[in-house]
Amino acid sequence: MFGRLTWDAVPFNQPIPLITSLVVILALGAVAIWVTRIRAWPYLWHEYITSTDHKRIGIMYIVLALVMLVRGFSDAIMMRAQQSLAIGASQGYLPPEHYDQIFSAHGTIMIFFVAMPFVIGFMNFVVPLQLGVRDVAFPTMNNVSFWLTASGVLLVNLSLFLGEFARTGWLGFPPLSEKAFSPGVGVDYYLVALQISGVGTVLTAVNFVTTILKTRAPGMSYLRMPVFCWTSLASNLLILAAFPVLTVTLALLMLDRYLGFHFFTNDGGGNSMLYMNLIWIWGHPEVYILILPAFGIYSEVVSTFSGKPLFGYRSMVFATLAICVLSFTVWLHHFFTMGAGADVNAVFGIASMLIGIPTGVKIYNWLFTMYGGRVRFNVPMYYAVGFMLTFVVGGLTGVLLAIPPVDFIVHNSLFLVAHFHQVIIGGVVFALMAGYTYWFPKAFGFTLDERLGKAVFWCWFIGFHLAFMPLYVLGFWGATRRMQHIPDPTWAPWLNIAFVGAAIIGLGIVLTVVQLLYSIRTRDRRRDITGDPWDGRTLEWLTLSPPPHYNFAVLPDVHGEEAYWTRKQTAIKEERLIDEPNYQPIEMPLNTPVGIICAFFASVCGFAVIWYIWWLAILGLIGAFAIFVWYAWRDEHEHIIPVEEVRANARERRRIRMEHLHELSQSV
Amino acid sequence: MTTVSEAPAVGLTHQGSEDTGLGHRGPASKSIVVPYGFWLFILSDMVLFSALFATYASLVHATDGGPITNQLFDRKLVAIETLALLLSSFVCGLAMITAKRRNMLWTQGWLLLTGLLGLVFLSIELFEFGKMIGEGAGPQRSAFLSSFFTLVGCHGAHVTAGLLWLGTMMAQIWTKGFRQDIMRRLLCYSVFWHALDIIWVAIFTIVYLIGTLP
Repeated sequence: MFGRLTWDAVPFNQPIPLITSLVVILALGAVAIWVTRIRAWPYLWHEYITSTDHKRIGIMYIVLALVMLVRGFSDAIMMRAQQSLAIGASQGYLPPEHYDQIFSAHGTIMIFFVAMPFVIGFMNFVVPLQLGVRDVAFPTMNNVSFWLTASGVLLVNLSLFLGEFARTGWLGFPPLSEKAFSPGVGVDYYLVALQISGVGTVLTAVNFVTTILKTRAPGMSYLRMPVFCWTSLASNLLILAAFPVLTVTLALLMLDRYLGFHFFTNDGGGNSMLYMNLIWIWGHPEVYILILPAFGIYSEVVSTFSGKPLFGYRSMVFATLAICVLSFTVWLHHFFTMGAGADVNAVFGIASMLIGIPTGVKIYNWLFTMYGGRVRFNVPMYYAVGFMLTFVVGGLTGVLLAIPPVDFIVHNSLFLVAHFHQVIIGGVVFALMAGYTYWFPKAFGFTLDERLGKAVFWCWFIGFHLAFMPLYVLGFWGATRRMQHIPDPTWAPWLNIAFVGAAIIGLGIVLTVVQLLYSIRTRDRRRDITGDPWDGRTLEWLTLSPPPHYNFAVLPDVHGEEAYWTRKQTAIKEERLIDEPNYQPIEMPLNTPVGIICAFFASVCGFAVIWYIWWLAILGLIGAFAIFVWYAWRDEHEHIIPVEEVRANARERRRIRMEHLHELSQSV
Repeated sequence: MTTVSEAPAVGLTHQGSEDTGLGHRGPASKSIVVPYGFWLFILSDMVLFSALFATYASLVHATDGGPITNQLFDRKLVAIETLALLLSSFVCGLAMITAKRRNMLWTQGWLLLTGLLGLVFLSIELFEFGKMIGEGAGPQRSAFLSSFFTLVGCHGAHVTAGLLWLGTMMAQIWTKGFRQDIMRRLLCYSVFWHALDIIWVAIFTIVYLIGTLP
């Protein structure tokens, strides 16, 4: 009846997961009670859960990512604590089978459920606004994508309460992840959760490539698109081409585990190196799926806060697309030690180093954008400068790793761990924090507190370097990654420094929460009246903060490369706005519960597959199909926003803009 | 800046200008956007199959002492199978033509025939699978057979999904008529169905033809 799900699945005899589970359940219960008491369920249902508004969906993605950041960080600090404690005679507080789950969960969560939803959240919120349009190409599918991602998150977190998580690292390498060596539910949780959220991610890519290539404001030609749109396009093209390979790879492993196939097994002619090749054909582009939008965020931030157009816009676009293509030619550098031979390794080593060239172009472009500008050091700019310093070093250690003979010595060591954390924290996370601060006023109508924001930055910056520089040293000394016990007591000082660094990052995360709460309490002091708090240059700053559901009363007509900047300067010079356009009613997509219902059935089906409850799995599939057919039968797709409402809102915006015309540009 | 007043005030989901979509005149209309998005999905599906083809190519000789391609495949049976699928695609094209002429009876007829031919294809495939498993050449036998069943079976699963979609599509045309959104879906369906042909041609060549070379 319930497959292999029994009471043994609940971790009664393991205090750490049990207490964590109880705390999470209590916290969720408290939130649910609080939402009920302030009667916010209808609001949440109509304005967020069933919303097809790209801005709301973007906010939901980012909230999801921030919550999961706390989970992923908890795993990180537990690992650092274990490695600081379990030295020499001491075994620390985490038994190996638990420690292995923690590093697997940390990697899986940070990449798939923090970095990805955070990046996709920004794309959602920003891209349609920057393109000067009202929504993405497929608003309902956008909602479905989000909820499928949330379904993956749910399953990964469920493994904490019921059963276990994978002990096979964040990529689940066979043969360890095969049934013979990992018979439990851990790997199945991993596989099913990633498959479900992967479907959501591919749908997101279809949505955004279509949006960027087919739906832009009049006059917004390709070479007038903001760089963030370009990098989002490149990132989504990568998703489109890379994620199906991940789906196949994980599906093949599932067939091995569930039906006894022989793709990656030791017997039957299986070949586990095939898995390495396939997963890294996805995995390397994945790195660029994350970093390219991050580069886009830095481009927006550096240009805005330097008060200058981006230096070398076209070279930036070209470099982005060059990285997009090159990222598919380097996967083998993740396993130089496979034994492909010197020639193959040399080709992939050189290809890996080539990516440094377009990346270098970008770094110089940002530097030259700052050069000669009137740089304002707001929080996003702190992150941008911090990124340039950190990322260049991380990139250089990457070039070092791309040299096969060096890689033979330091592969799978803490040197590698330090390298990829340096590019992901210094590159992606800094960008996400910069973007969070930069676009927060657009989303909520008030800015975040600057002082606390800078404190958070210093926590991340100092904490990161303290946490990971020691790992480079240890890596050179031969410390391998993923060690539950440290045999050599001379490593202790470095590991302790790393622990202090992680604790400082933790303080930064706490301060992020404090900053948010403090900023909400004191929001009246920092209201963004004009909708343009940073003297911006792209179209999202044209509309009010927060923007109306339909973004723009009339689609902006784009002239020149910096759509909003041109328009703003003309208005300031002529001391008047453009003539009032002829407003018309606007059709907007209706809300839909299809996303959350679909994700419900996907979760049910996924859960059933993990625990071998076959009847429930079939029920879940039938439910998902039924909801699609039900949705396909709808007759109304849109509702109409009356022209009076559009006109009233637009006139209010014009009145505010007229009042603040002179404040809008500090350069005048 | 006076041109602003001329800009069409359209939502994305509204019928916009019938533009090539290069972005000089605003968002493309839904009749461009929807099939474009669907084409992108088809491309990602092609990538999915390319990974399966790569897997097959690298495991085709990993037979673990079990049967090899030449002992398993029957060219004649596959020829009939192929014919059924290609004909089904042709008939689907006829259905599209009659749908454009708003002819309900012929459209439903051709779509029914499309589905029946798809069913013939699927039955032959299942028969072949059953026969192989009966002979002890199931997917658990060797890595080669695992990859064969997965590649061909994934195509078969797509055909099955296509048949489910076809049934829904026919019911929709019947109840809702040739509405614009229904026509868009029909177009997407036909793109999907033809794409499965392209993949089958590759399977036919790489798996069956090359696999039965003497």
